Amino acid sequence: MADATVNAVTTQAKRARPAPRSRLRKFFERKSTIAFFMALPLILLIFTLVIYPAFYAIYLTTLNKRMTATAWMKNCTYLPDWICTYIPFGNLQFLLTRETFWMVFWQSCLFAISAVIFKALIGFVVSHFVHNVPSKGQRKWRGMLLVPWVIPAAMSTLAWQWLFDPSYSAFNWILAQFDIERVSWTGVAHWARFSVILVNVWIGAPFFMIMYLAALKSVPDQLYEAAEIDGANWWQRIWYVTLPMMRNIIAITALFSTIVTFANFDIVRILTAGGPLDRTHLFATWSFRLGIEGGDIPLGATVSLFMVPILAVAAAFILRDVTRRGNEA
Amino acid sequence: MTTTTVDKAGPTRARPKYGSMKRDRAWALRWSYFFLSLFAFFFLIPPIYMFITSLKTSAEISAAKNPWWVFNPTLSNYVELLTSPAYIGFFKNSAIVSVSVVIITMLIAIPAAFALSRMRFWGSATLATGVFLTYLIPETLLFLPLFKMFAVFHELTGIQLLNRWWVLLVVYPTLTVPFCTWIMIGYFASIPKELDEAAIIDGASWLQTLTRVFVPVALPGIIAATIFAFTVSWAQFLYPIAFTTSIDQLVLPVGIITTLIKGDVFNWGQIMTGALLGAAPPLIIYAFLMDYYIAGLTAGATKG
Repeated sequence: MADATVNAVTTQAKRARPAPRSRLRKFFERKSTIAFFMALPLILLIFTLVIYPAFYAIYLTTLNKRMTATAWMKNCTYLPDWICTYIPFGNLQFLLTRETFWMVFWQSCLFAISAVIFKALIGFVVSHFVHNVPSKGQRKWRGMLLVPWVIPAAMSTLAWQWLFDPSYSAFNWILAQFDIERVSWTGVAHWARFSVILVNVWIGAPFFMIMYLAALKSVPDQLYEAAEIDGANWWQRIWYVTLPMMRNIIAITALFSTIVTFANFDIVRILTAGGPLDRTHLFATWSFRLGIEGGDIPLGATVSLFMVPILAVAAAFILRDVTRRGNEA
Repeated sequence: MTTTTVDKAGPTRARPKYGSMKRDRAWALRWSYFFLSLFAFFFLIPPIYMFITSLKTSAEISAAKNPWWVFNPTLSNYVELLTSPAYIGFFKNSAIVSVSVVIITMLIAIPAAFALSRMRFWGSATLATGVFLTYLIPETLLFLPLFKMFAVFHELTGIQLLNRWWVLLVVYPTLTVPFCTWIMIGYFASIPKELDEAAIIDGASWLQTLTRVFVPVALPGIIAATIFAFTVSWAQFLYPIAFTTSIDQLVLPVGIITTLIKGDVFNWGQIMTGALLGAAPPLIIYAFLMDYYIAGLTAGATKG
């Protein structure tokens, strides 16, 4: 793209100013040339460290574990010959036939969907409570409620790990006071999944709260007054005034969060490291386990590429929303 | 909706109850405070518990006493960590990396945002959209190809990037630059065109227009972007855990997890102290610059 731009600009420059005198200098004084050079570091960064690695990941998936040869499929006579012998889907085939992969797939979806729903619900409810409070005190509440988002996720997950600790656990101590049997928070599959989702909701809900609060503030008070005069009850005010006015922000926040949650790594890695028996692995943590710890980079890359379709759908929706609003503005 | 209400209110209640709306609001306020306290409690349990644990000795932690109370408060954990060269090293690495990444990010993002919002060149609109899309690509998708790329780079040039802390200076900007550029585009676009036109007419070059006019005017946006870049690089966990392993190359989050947890022995007093101290810089920045922090947080979706 860099070359193309320079060429395009050069031809333009030639056409506009045929005078040969200091043509090069003229070219460097052009607004678009200066602009291009100002944006050049950004372009280089994106191309070498984001776009190139993304395509390199696709190439990596075609290699075998030692990255010395292509990973062909095995025993695939049930497929058409051109797929079986000519397309290097060995890693993909290996994954799709493994039970763990389907477990991780299901867990990632469960994790992302349930966490985003709960974050959105809690964020919505809390933002209403903050909005209700007189604006003098709002700052204080908002400040307190955003703390989980500010603490680095790795640090707060450590605190949760200690709260969940099986023998000295602060939660189990409370349960013991009520004569309830202690819970193995990170040791049993369904409790471990619950814990991981809980921590994610704890970290992410404040972000939803702040976004929804910003949206609530942008709803004109007259609308509520009009609705109240018309006799709308509390529920009708939310359903017919608040929700339609906030629809955009609700959607875009949820989509953002879906991307981040689906690709989450820190929480599961620290809290359970994927255990017990891979029952909490997500795509990100499993690809780390396979790729970095297991030394099979191609297989890990194949796992992580499974995130792409869902991320692409969410990104497409966000982009549609953002450009649409950009046009309105 | 209107008519039904009027019908209902008309015949049944001849005299409306004055002040009922006010009383409703008072109750709504009381409930709001109640639930807000509940949620604030839920949101603040982990940091509070970190603090409680950080004041305990190992003996008290393993004693079967009430874990929510400190019986013999001590600062020994803090003293031990702040005199341990390893922990100070992590803190130093984190600080150097985060500050450098902020500087690199600003040097890349501000000129690029200026060029994209004001100067326009072939493909600039596409590039602006591309920047936003890049922001949506998560790091968990890129760490394996980057790992392999750095290994290949070592083979080709002999420059080792893996297991060196400065590799983080190369990869962190991919997380911070797209978002910072994006919100700076938004801030620059809100500056009236007359301002830079006046500067150009007065004979300022484009670079002068940027540094003398745009940077001062868009300072709130720059502060918000700086805070974002700093907190992201301070909190980043995946890249350092994938790319660095030697103790002297680690940054804080990875350092705490790999060195304070020795095998199966969890020294929770020290871990919590380390985590609390590690969470302190973002918390302090947040405490003092909350409005900028929140502006940066909401800018991504609302400024668009």
